[in-house]
Amino acid sequence: MLKRTPLHDFHISCGAKMVDFAGWEMPILYRGIVEEHQQTRTSGSLFDVSHMGRIHITGPGAVKLLDKILTRNVSQQRVGQSRYSLVCNPAGGVLDDVIVSKNPKHWLVVCNASNRDKILRHIIEVRDACEFDAEISDRTESTAMVAAQGPAVVDLMSEALDMDIKSIKRYGFESGTYMMSRFTLFRSGYTGEDGVEIIVSSGTAQNMVKSLSGEMSKPDAPIRPAGLGARDTLRLEAGMSLYGHELTESVDPISAGLSWAVDLGKDFIGVEQLRVIAGNGPAKKLVGLELRGPRIARQGSTVKSGSAQIGEVTSGTFSPTLQQSIAMAYVDARHATEGQSVEIDLRGSIAAARVVPLPFYKRAK
Amino acid sequence: MSVPQDRKYLESHEWHQVAGDIVTIGITQIAADELTDITYVKLPSVGAKVAANAAFGEIESVKTTSDLYSGVGGTVTAINTELNNNPGLVNSDPFGKGWMIKVKVSDANPLAMLLSAEDYFKKTGH
Repeated sequence: MLKRTPLHDFHISCGAKMVDFAGWEMPILYRGIVEEHQQTRTSGSLFDVSHMGRIHITGPGAVKLLDKILTRNVSQQRVGQSRYSLVCNPAGGVLDDVIVSKNPKHWLVVCNASNRDKILRHIIEVRDACEFDAEISDRTESTAMVAAQGPAVVDLMSEALDMDIKSIKRYGFESGTYMMSRFTLFRSGYTGEDGVEIIVSSGTAQNMVKSLSGEMSKPDAPIRPAGLGARDTLRLEAGMSLYGHELTESVDPISAGLSWAVDLGKDFIGVEQLRVIAGNGPAKKLVGLELRGPRIARQGSTVKSGSAQIGEVTSGTFSPTLQQSIAMAYVDARHATEGQSVEIDLRGSIAAARVVPLPFYKRAK
Repeated sequence: MSVPQDRKYLESHEWHQVAGDIVTIGITQIAADELTDITYVKLPSVGAKVAANAAFGEIESVKTTSDLYSGVGGTVTAINTELNNNPGLVNSDPFGKGWMIKVKVSDANPLAMLLSAEDYFKKTGH
C-alpha cells in the first residue's frame, strides 16, 4: 500500500497523474512536464514535497550528533539558518544529501524520501554508539511540506501569508501563522528559481491548498501545481544533484563537486577518506554535457573519447528552457575540462557532446 | 480514452491501419500520454525492411526512451518527416498527424494476429 500525502485529494482534483515514488503515491504531472517546467521558470508552481523525510533532533547532545554525521560544521549555525549538507559512510560515500535547519528548540533534518529509513537508522546508530544525549523523532507523516517556486512566488506568497519574505535571506527561514496554525517558511528550493518551502501541519496544508485550488486551476493563474517530472527537469537545468543519480553510496562529495558543503577541518564520519580524495584530487568529476542533436542521454549511458570509455551519464533531458539536450555525467578527471569534446553512446548510436560548466541555467537576479 | 475501432494494435501500444497493401503505423494516445512530451522520433529510411514484432525505431520523451515495434513485416514506403521538426505531433494527434511509417506488406490479411481496439484497451489496463 502506497503512502499518501495530506494533499492527495488536491492532486486528484487537479487532474494529476499519480505514480509510485519511493513508496509514496505522488503526482508526476498535472498538465505536462514541459508546460509545468515553463510555468515555474516564467511565473510560479506549487510542488507537494511532503514525501521528503522530516526528522527532529533535540537535546544537549544534538549538535555533537549532527557534527558527527554531517559534512558541514553545524556548531556555527544560527537559529533561522538552513544548510545543505551530506551524510557520508566511513568510505566517504554519500548516504544522503540533506538540509539541516536550526530552530530555537530543535534541529530539523530534511532528507530524501528514498533514504528516510536508512538515515533514521544511521542517526540512531551513531547516537547510541557515541552515547550522545539526543532525542530523534520522525515528523514526516504528521506534517506536510510544499514548495512554491518561480519569479512570481515571493511577492504573491508575502501577500497571501502576510509575511515579508523578501527580508528572509536565501537559506534562511521564519515561522508564521496561517488560519491560527503555525508554519515554517524556508527561502529555498530545488528548481533554480527563487521561492519558498513551507512545512505545516497536515490539516492546515489541506485547508491552505483547498482555498487556493479554485484559483490555481485557472490557465492564467500565476501559481499552478507542478509534479515530480518538472521538478526533475528543473533541478537538472539548475545543475543540482539528485540522490540515486549523481549521488550514491559509491560516490563521494568531492567528486560530485560539493566540496563547498564539506568541512574537512572537523571530525565527521568519512572525513579521513575525503581528505585523501581532496588531497590527491578526485579520479572522476561530475560535469555538465551539451549534446549535439535532439537525442537525450539517460542514466547509465556510456561517455567515450574515441574508443575509450571515460565516464557514465547520471541524468539527462531535453532542456525546455535552453531547447538543448543536456546531461550530467561522471567523467575521468583529465577529460573533465570545459569545452572538451566527448561522445555518448545512446543505445548503440553515438552523439557528439561537449563539457560545459554547471549549472546549465541560472536565473536573472 | 478513445481507441479507434478502424485499426489494430500491439500490446506495446502501436496502432496499425490497413489500406490495400499499405499498413500505416503509429502509437496510441495511451502511449503518448505515458511518454509525456515527446522530443525525438527515430524512424527507418524509406526502402528499409521491417520484420513483424521487431523494433523499427525509437521514441524519446523528457521522461524516457522506448523502442517502436511493428506488428507487420514488409518494406517501408513512407515515413512521417514532419516528426523531425515537430515530434510533439505524436502527443497532440497520435492517431492522425503523428503517424510514423507506412509499410508495404505481401500478406493478404496482415493484421490478423494483432489486437482489436477492445482487446488492446483491456490488455493495457485502461
